[in-house]
Amino acid sequence: MNTLRLLRRNFDHGVHPAHLKQQTEDLSIQRVPFVSHYVMPLGQHIGVPCKSVVEVGERVERGQLIAKPGGFVSTALHSPVTGTINEIGDFRGADGQFAPAIQIAADPYATQQLGSSGGIDWQPLSLEEFIGAVQMAGIVGMGGAAFPSHVKFSVPDGIKIRHLLINGAECEPYLTNDHRLMVERPEDLLLGAEIVRQKLGAEETIIGVEENKPEAIEILGQHIQPEQSVRVVPMQVKYPQGAEKMLIKTVFDKEVPAGQLPRDVEVCVNNVGTIVAIADYFLRGVPSIERIVTVSGPGASYPANLIVPLGTPVREVLRFCGGLKDETREVIMGGPMMGRPTASLDVPVLKGTSGILAFTDAETARPQEYPCIRCGRCLEACPYFLNPSRFARLARARMYDEMEQYSVMDCVECGCCTFACPSHIPIVQLIRTGKDALRASKEQPE
Amino acid sequence: MKQKDPDLLLLHAPLLRQGMTTPSAMRDVLYALTPATLAALWFFGLGALLVLAAGIAGAVLTEWFFARLQKRGETLLDASAILTGLLLGLTLPPGLPLWIAFLGGVVAIGLGKVIWGGLGHNLFNPALLGRAFLLATFPIPMTTWTSLRGDESFFHISASNLALPFMQTKVDVVSSASPLGLMKFEQEVTPLTNLMFGNTLGSLGETSGLLLLLGGIYLWVRRDLDWRIPVSILLAVVVFSGCLTLVDAVRFPTPWFSIFSGGLLLGAIYMATDPVTSPLTPRGTWIFGIGIGVLVVLIRVYGGLPEGVMYAILLMNAATPLIDRYTQPRIFGR
Repeated sequence: MNTLRLLRRNFDHGVHPAHLKQQTEDLSIQRVPFVSHYVMPLGQHIGVPCKSVVEVGERVERGQLIAKPGGFVSTALHSPVTGTINEIGDFRGADGQFAPAIQIAADPYATQQLGSSGGIDWQPLSLEEFIGAVQMAGIVGMGGAAFPSHVKFSVPDGIKIRHLLINGAECEPYLTNDHRLMVERPEDLLLGAEIVRQKLGAEETIIGVEENKPEAIEILGQHIQPEQSVRVVPMQVKYPQGAEKMLIKTVFDKEVPAGQLPRDVEVCVNNVGTIVAIADYFLRGVPSIERIVTVSGPGASYPANLIVPLGTPVREVLRFCGGLKDETREVIMGGPMMGRPTASLDVPVLKGTSGILAFTDAETARPQEYPCIRCGRCLEACPYFLNPSRFARLARARMYDEMEQYSVMDCVECGCCTFACPSHIPIVQLIRTGKDALRASKEQPE
Repeated sequence: MKQKDPDLLLLHAPLLRQGMTTPSAMRDVLYALTPATLAALWFFGLGALLVLAAGIAGAVLTEWFFARLQKRGETLLDASAILTGLLLGLTLPPGLPLWIAFLGGVVAIGLGKVIWGGLGHNLFNPALLGRAFLLATFPIPMTTWTSLRGDESFFHISASNLALPFMQTKVDVVSSASPLGLMKFEQEVTPLTNLMFGNTLGSLGETSGLLLLLGGIYLWVRRDLDWRIPVSILLAVVVFSGCLTLVDAVRFPTPWFSIFSGGLLLGAIYMATDPVTSPLTPRGTWIFGIGIGVLVVLIRVYGGLPEGVMYAILLMNAATPLIDRYTQPRIFGR
């Protein structure tokens, strides 16, 4: 094992789902037409929701600021479309909860051209000005977590970022949005990376790409100039290769200590989509108003990679793709391993929506659950070396405090355990129950 | 576009799963045991088939009875009762009265599995618990090794097989000692080729070493088996008995004899690897396997019995929860 590791570094454990990207990996990104209504939730990122700065009935231009950050761990929101503010109120989200959002009625006669004049001269900006600009551009992690990017760039005194690591692993099956971005916009990706690298004062940029995307690896390699300190690192196809800490383990052979962040090992990790969004803002003045979404899955009639304005209802995106097949039973926002199901197709595409996947009876059939036979496959799968079978047992017995003793909070809910379980025990789902209960008990002491 | 929303399910990710299931893993073990089982039938004749059938019937009927009692239908579907019955049957002597084999199956499932809470909850290997019960209750028939079929017809059934329930436990048959018995009590070594191909006396499934290994390789390829357990058991036996052989080659058996004689391969590949009763952690499985290997040699060489695999595995089964507790892996980043 150790000799193998010398040949190629990797993280330990993990699983090997079929990558199922064939449907969309060769399809060029295309733009979704504008629709009549857009819903922009104020809390579509991790952290404090933003605060609306518009009134009902006000006319907004595409790209205009409609909500300002509600705090430091918060970000700005821009109108994805030229039109009028229709309503500011509570709208149902994908999780079924009502949350404050701004609804915009698109002006059907507007040209939808960006009002912004062009790029921003980023060279003279200080790090603080750069961080402020990223926050006001509304840029968050586009991989799915939607963590405000400027927070990642704000490093406390005494910590130095030496490596900018760009996450092009895209380890979730079906998704090809990052893949297409690397293939179609390598110049923007490399320019965005250069901006971030220079502002952070990092020594080098590393782009980690899974080996099932040889086209992306080749094209990026062709575009790297010899004088640039950029490396493309091909990585083994293994889930969850794209999890931040696993990526760092693979590329640098370093473990980020539990409870700490990548910056504590001098690394800043950003998704490919985030870096391109930064390039869009500093080179063309386009804030975060649209994103690339992969529509795929066995229930999708015409799978596609799409540029979708934020706030577009999922129903309209699916309509553009020829609708859902009759046998569709479930729609997931995000990847099939970590995404969230949605009960309504009226929910909007958000900054963190990397995919819209439709699944049929074959995938949603609940297989007969058998007792745990202690086979240990979940232990072999867990990239954090936890004991998922014990968590599942404790969660069923509602012994949440015991779960915490066994470090359940280190779990990132990657779903490897459920994937690996031959008894079809919903392990990660039980773990989520336990973690939710623990968080609830912390927030409301008796 | 058709309205889909009312039909949408909200099952949480991951929706994808790898293909193996618990019943398919159980079936794989059954397939892996098939060659060795067929060899046993060839060497011992129809009587052997009846003993296996009686063991399996006892196990399956008991499982069915308790499943009905608990109103849980699924426990029969997972094939684990058939596997327990087959494993028990393979540890029995071919001339055993059928009703004893049946009783063994009943005890294996009843005391070995159901009272613990069913599949996945038992501390001891059910098949071995059944065998331990039989060895304690019926020591003479359990250690009477009938001779090989030889020139007899395949359909010849030994009279001892058909003994009346609870009336006769002992029937006079032509019998002799197993290779381990010969070694222990008479220092007579059975040729290695006989041990490997299976034409020696012994329990049904323990005679053909090569076919058992073949099945083990199949399970390893199918990833149904933790290779560390058989490897560590066999390594421990080879090293320990090798040291003893170096001291006195006449009194102590060679490592190769130790591996291919008795139930060691059957136990190491198919019983010690029972996931329910073996440790979860990789380090734990090494400790578990080495413990079994050392105990096997100790019991065989110094104990009162010629064979010790069953007790070695049962003893280490008892240690499994403790081993698990002290060999928890380090958590990532801690």
